[in-house]
Amino acid sequence: MVIEPRETVSVWRAGLAPVWAILASLVICAVLISWAGASIPTAYSLLFKGAFGSAFAINETLTRSIPLILTGLAVSVAFRAKFYNIGAEGQLYAGALAATFFGTGLVTLPPALMVPFLVIMGALAGGALLIVPVLLKTHLKVDEVVTTLLLNFVVLLVVSYLIEGPWKDPASLGWPQAASIIDEGVLPPLLAKGRLHFGLIIALFMAVIIWLMMRFTVQGYEIRAVGHNARAAEFSGINVNRTVIMTAMISGGLAGIAGVSETAGLKGYLTLDLSPGFGYTGIAVAMLAQLNPLAVVPAAIFLSAVYVGADAMSRAVNIPTYIADVLVGVSILAVLCSVMLSQYRIRWRA
Amino acid sequence: MSNPPVLEFRGVTKRFGTLTANDDVSLTLQQGEVLALLGENGAGKTTLMNILFGHYQADEGEILVDGEVLTSGSTQAAINAGIGMVHQHFTLADNLSVLENITLGTESLWSWRHDQARSRKKLAAMISDYGLVVDPDAMVSELSVGERQRVEILKALYRDARILILDEPTAVLTPQEAERLFATLKSITAKGLAIIFISHKLHEILAVSDRIAVLRRGAIVGTLETAASRREQLAEMMVGRTVTRPKLSAIEPGRLVLEMRDVSTSGTGATELKEIDLALRQHEIVGVAGVAGNGQGTLADILSGLRRDFSGTIELNGQKLAAGNPRAIVASGVGRIPEDRHARGVVADMDIWENLISEDIRSDEICRAGFIINGAGARARAEKQIQQFDVRCKGPDAETKLLSGGNMQKLILARALSNTPSFILANQPVRGLDEGAIAYVQQQLLEARKRGAAILLISEDLDELMTLTDRIAVMSHGTLSSALPTGERSIAEIGLMMAGHGDQGDAKLGSLANGH
Repeated sequence: MVIEPRETVSVWRAGLAPVWAILASLVICAVLISWAGASIPTAYSLLFKGAFGSAFAINETLTRSIPLILTGLAVSVAFRAKFYNIGAEGQLYAGALAATFFGTGLVTLPPALMVPFLVIMGALAGGALLIVPVLLKTHLKVDEVVTTLLLNFVVLLVVSYLIEGPWKDPASLGWPQAASIIDEGVLPPLLAKGRLHFGLIIALFMAVIIWLMMRFTVQGYEIRAVGHNARAAEFSGINVNRTVIMTAMISGGLAGIAGVSETAGLKGYLTLDLSPGFGYTGIAVAMLAQLNPLAVVPAAIFLSAVYVGADAMSRAVNIPTYIADVLVGVSILAVLCSVMLSQYRIRWRA
Repeated sequence: MSNPPVLEFRGVTKRFGTLTANDDVSLTLQQGEVLALLGENGAGKTTLMNILFGHYQADEGEILVDGEVLTSGSTQAAINAGIGMVHQHFTLADNLSVLENITLGTESLWSWRHDQARSRKKLAAMISDYGLVVDPDAMVSELSVGERQRVEILKALYRDARILILDEPTAVLTPQEAERLFATLKSITAKGLAIIFISHKLHEILAVSDRIAVLRRGAIVGTLETAASRREQLAEMMVGRTVTRPKLSAIEPGRLVLEMRDVSTSGTGATELKEIDLALRQHEIVGVAGVAGNGQGTLADILSGLRRDFSGTIELNGQKLAAGNPRAIVASGVGRIPEDRHARGVVADMDIWENLISEDIRSDEICRAGFIINGAGARARAEKQIQQFDVRCKGPDAETKLLSGGNMQKLILARALSNTPSFILANQPVRGLDEGAIAYVQQQLLEARKRGAAILLISEDLDELMTLTDRIAVMSHGTLSSALPTGERSIAEIGLMMAGHGDQGDAKLGSLANGH
């Protein structure tokens, strides 16, 4: 077997790579579904219906895609500069902590100011959490994968301490949760029915902003140059360390906004199960989108649909919901393979 | 030579997609001879040797060793057949001794202790047989480049190689070390081994080989007896047409452009600068000769704005150099051609127009409102630069990684020379280019000189320095000799100075002349 680079990679081939990958992963998971004793067409049609089959389903899928868009953007930006931020989960909770700290009575502003205020505070908190890891990387060459990953657990423990202790809501009947966000700070719902909230607008807006930044601004240019070839970037006069630090702040900020959106938009208060791993799934979103900020939106909606649809499917045909995790995992692997195959060809030879 | 060949290529063809890297190559190698494989970069020399050594599989054709077909695609088969390769970039472990490096991988994993006494005896015999003097117990990290190369050769011989392949072996040697290598090769062939010597340097090939095979665009264009071949003829066969490299015309130097006084960097390694003095005037090309790793990189980094931790003064046109700030240095009239196109020169994954704005992206011309890139303006300028510097590409939006080496270098020239710099730092500007591109780059440098630029040309190729510079200084262990007019020192003298046997007195004299 010989792997050779293709001379030309057509846009068609590169663009369709994720689509082929998703189809391939559906085929692979079909094997598992039939193994679990369910009919494959029934299971997949239930999965589809669960995600898109009704107004309620679409509403749920979009609601769940909001944190995934934001963490997906966070990871895309960071990975573009080859800053491997695995800590979006922790930064999300940092944002949620900021929203809870400022949004439960400490500050009261009219809604038109309160919401942006909480978003900005959440972004600052998310970015602040990355200050130590990024400085360790730029100044002491400490691997950011390790530091950002481990910080996730630290932040979760801090959250756990706060909502079991000093921040515990006396009105919560003993449940470990913080006080509710005041009405002025709650992200308004978008539709009369369902849980969809203003966070979607924020997430879509950020996707467009990040795309514009990466494509048309000096900062985006510098992030891309540093990510592709830091030595050449340095030669041309780009301050590599400063660029990596700026990238980390943007990345942490986006994940922090996801935390604000979940706290002030969806739940209304901080709990320890605010995020079922949105920060980690954000990595999957970014990979699926091939780090393109606009492609993050459909990628997040796809993964959200898989999770929401799998919930519905597992209830109906009695397959464990873990099938969703398998489907997501397989589709990431398939995307990586298909991206490679769009740039290399395999020749079979004796 | 009526004996059967020890090695024979029969119709070897290798394609990469639409590119034919080797086209129906047939060659024979006789016992006891040095066969030179001559060709430009990209002519297919390395591909052919990689096929022989099992790194690639040929699409067509076969290779015979002693009349038997060699299993293709297997490095182990090649080693077992007695083929040894000395790579251009050494493959030695720095933290092991010479003996350990040489025996590495030759002993069975299943034996409990290594039989040092036997391998030591075998190595000692080889060292005395071939005159490859090196201390078996020295750490590789402590060896000079020439010694490391000897270890590489010993490594191949230790594995009982009878056919030795040397890929551009002189690229890292001083002229004297190269002479010594040639003598070693003669003693090796006298013992009945055969050698393939890969190079694009004509004078070496004429000095060392018995026969010469010339490769052009993947195909053998001719095989000649060395005794019966002439330099011009070989050059023409290699390039496919007569190529004349540009020559220097006499111009009176103008006012002082760059002056370095007493520049040192801290540290003690060979790459740290030690009290460097240098002055360049308008209309002047000053060459820096030296073996790689003797401080040229540090000097280039300082003048490019990548390092600010040095003592001493550097003035450009009477102003203090904006040390440590590449963009300010470029803005003050410096054009920079970096040593490594791929690592430093371009971001290969970005578009051509994006690479052309990398040095002045924050200037008013390119940057709007402080942060928005003027894409239309940048593309229009790129279009002009592509035209002016004859960069062969689909346009400003083409990906930079698709450019050939020569065109990539033209892109770097376009970026460095477009705003008529008063000082040009050219670090190995023609390394790895084909003849056409070499002539183009050199022509551009000469035109810049004519226009009034001062140029510092760092090169390991003495022939290039001899024809292209007004003055030459020699770098060794971080010191720089005085820059004497080209021709005042012979190549042999420069070679001695490169090896560190330089005239310290001469260097002091130079600094006195520079105003101390």
